[in-house]
Amino acid sequence: MPQNEHIELHRKRHGYRLDHHERKRKKESREVHERSHKARKMIGLKAKLYHKQRHAEKIQMKKTIKMHEQRKSKQKDDDKTPEGAVPAYLLDREGQSRAKVLSNMIKQKRKEKAGKWEVPLPKVRAQGETEVLKVIRTGKRQKKAWKRMVTKVCFVGDGFTRKPPKYERFIRPMGLRFKKAHVTHPELKATFCLPILGVKKNPSSSLYTTLGVITKGTVIEVNVSELGLVTQGGKVIWGKYAQVMNNPENDGCINAVLLV
Amino acid sequence: MSVDVERVLIQLQDETGEVLGSPFDVPLDISPEKLQLVCNALLQKEEPVPYLFFVKDAEVVSSLGSCVQELGLETEQVLPVVYQPQAVFRVRAVARCTSSLEGHTEAVTSVAFSPTGKYLASGSGDTTVRFWDLSTETPHHTARGHTHWVLSIAWSPDGKKLASGCKNSQIFLWDPITRSQIGKTLMGHMKWITWLCWEPLHLNPECRYLASTSKDCSIRIWDTVLGRCDKILTGHTQSVTCVKWGGDGLLYTSSQDRTVKVWRAKDGVQCRTLQGHAHWVNTLALSTDYVLRTGAFEPATATINPQDLTGSLEEIKEKALKRYNSVRGEGHERLVSGSDDFTMFLWNPAEEKKPVARLTGHQALVNEVLFSPDTRLIASASFDKSIKIWDGKTGKYLTSLRSHVGPVYQVAWSADSRLLVSGSSDSTLKVWDIKKGKLNADLPGHADEIFAVDWSPDGQRVASGGKDKCLRIWRK
Repeated sequence: MPQNEHIELHRKRHGYRLDHHERKRKKESREVHERSHKARKMIGLKAKLYHKQRHAEKIQMKKTIKMHEQRKSKQKDDDKTPEGAVPAYLLDREGQSRAKVLSNMIKQKRKEKAGKWEVPLPKVRAQGETEVLKVIRTGKRQKKAWKRMVTKVCFVGDGFTRKPPKYERFIRPMGLRFKKAHVTHPELKATFCLPILGVKKNPSSSLYTTLGVITKGTVIEVNVSELGLVTQGGKVIWGKYAQVMNNPENDGCINAVLLV
Repeated sequence: MSVDVERVLIQLQDETGEVLGSPFDVPLDISPEKLQLVCNALLQKEEPVPYLFFVKDAEVVSSLGSCVQELGLETEQVLPVVYQPQAVFRVRAVARCTSSLEGHTEAVTSVAFSPTGKYLASGSGDTTVRFWDLSTETPHHTARGHTHWVLSIAWSPDGKKLASGCKNSQIFLWDPITRSQIGKTLMGHMKWITWLCWEPLHLNPECRYLASTSKDCSIRIWDTVLGRCDKILTGHTQSVTCVKWGGDGLLYTSSQDRTVKVWRAKDGVQCRTLQGHAHWVNTLALSTDYVLRTGAFEPATATINPQDLTGSLEEIKEKALKRYNSVRGEGHERLVSGSDDFTMFLWNPAEEKKPVARLTGHQALVNEVLFSPDTRLIASASFDKSIKIWDGKTGKYLTSLRSHVGPVYQVAWSADSRLLVSGSSDSTLKVWDIKKGKLNADLPGHADEIFAVDWSPDGQRVASGGKDKCLRIWRK
């Protein structure tokens, strides 16, 4: 392999040999014969490998030749009228084929089951246990360390009563319990203060979801009956999901964006 | 003990406001039947005609008294009571599928009864137009010739010719009796044919001219006797979706460029452009549609065995003209256009450019609009699974018919305007009673979407065809 352009330079400066093109042509045409000679005379492992490679090459060549042939002989295949006849009023409309609709429905159901939604904040920094839960030491000599206190904002629900203090493992301080969230409608750009119905999913851990810990990126369910939304069937919508956008423990309030 | 019933002075008026006789005294608890007797006596009709009575647009259902009470009107003054004659004959609702006609090898795209109800033709995606014998409900013959899907078919108003347009922009004319093609293939359009419409019978009893619209934005008027294109009307900038040939010599066309254009049929000059829609205009309906379709055939004179039209050309023309004038009434023809922008407009196209009313309420695109045969009501079928009924004169919303679970594709009125049948993509047909505003019968049976529905003008049968390739005939 030439490492530099000295060949090209020489050619530019001095031109080609007088018989260059003829020799090139003849060499190329001889190549075919030489190739076939080699293929016949080769033996051993080398031959096996070579024949395998050549077989693959030939298959490819045959395919391209066939393709070219088809293109040359254009057959009027329009005798067969296409399927899927529709009346004139449906012609310009792209009807979603029913199979696609069903598969879309199934995909959506699966997504809901898996708990994956399209949310404004898809990736949130996962909060480790040491950050969210603080160890509370108990016992006569303060040696037992099985109690934990939640250091982030949480939601407990209406009918919440504490377990007997001796047995409760997770403490949710009253100061960090919130009932309302400031929810913004993304299209209307209006913010409402709506009561929280529950915590749907906390992205860091399912434990936090059950505890009701609200951190940035948590999906919560809010009571939207104030907004007066109605479904197509005429029913009033009273609960919708929203995703928390701020760090509530730093700000002292929960700011969320409604998921429409 | 007879209770002293209040009496009130009423003045009978007809729809246009003309008074009938002088005001007279009636007890408040008079029922609509008694009012009918009075009306018939005053009008001196030979056969009693059923009437509907309205006090200030509210129908008198049980007794005059209840109506007056509801409206809170004074009984001191003379009460104007409007009477509307209804069709003398009653069409019975269809209830059962009498036959399922197989034969097409692809989806059925359009179905049409001939104006007298004698023949049934269906066009399909397998490029054939099939004629069916109605008395035995079996195939009559297959008309082959098209090279692509048959998109629209139209019977000439005298029932002697059928025109069919296909996706390869060709139009064929068929004779149902001799089973052959009439004349040459009409070629000329560049893209597929979207709608076909014949010239009305009372303008030309030979049924010579045919208007066709296509996706190539033009409308062609064909001379079927000579087999050539007479006029080409251009002006639309996008696909023309529908054409209606009005009884006054005007042509109305709707297009995807959001306009409806009015043309003079004689010289092909564009008269008016009706603008207002915000999206494609899908469909048009004329108030005199039904009478133009049936021509000289009077549905009231229908017999069990449908007959061909008899009489010389002159007689037929006279009959058709008489019927047309009686249905049209005093004013001009009204036009309703339904569009993809979920609304419809009611126009008075012969007079003004501005719409009479905008009919809103649908939550998805409006696929078909139809005036009732007595022009009093408008039915609109939409992709939001409902059918809405509107007043034919003012465009006021009357009621919604909900029961379908898929987009409603087509509707058809019965000849007496009392029943409506609708076919939808959920593969069921539903028959609605307009007076009650409720479902009369649910007709399941099709295996797949229903693309075309038609009610025969003699009121006996309903035919429907769809994606499942078979045509079903329904009777009472």
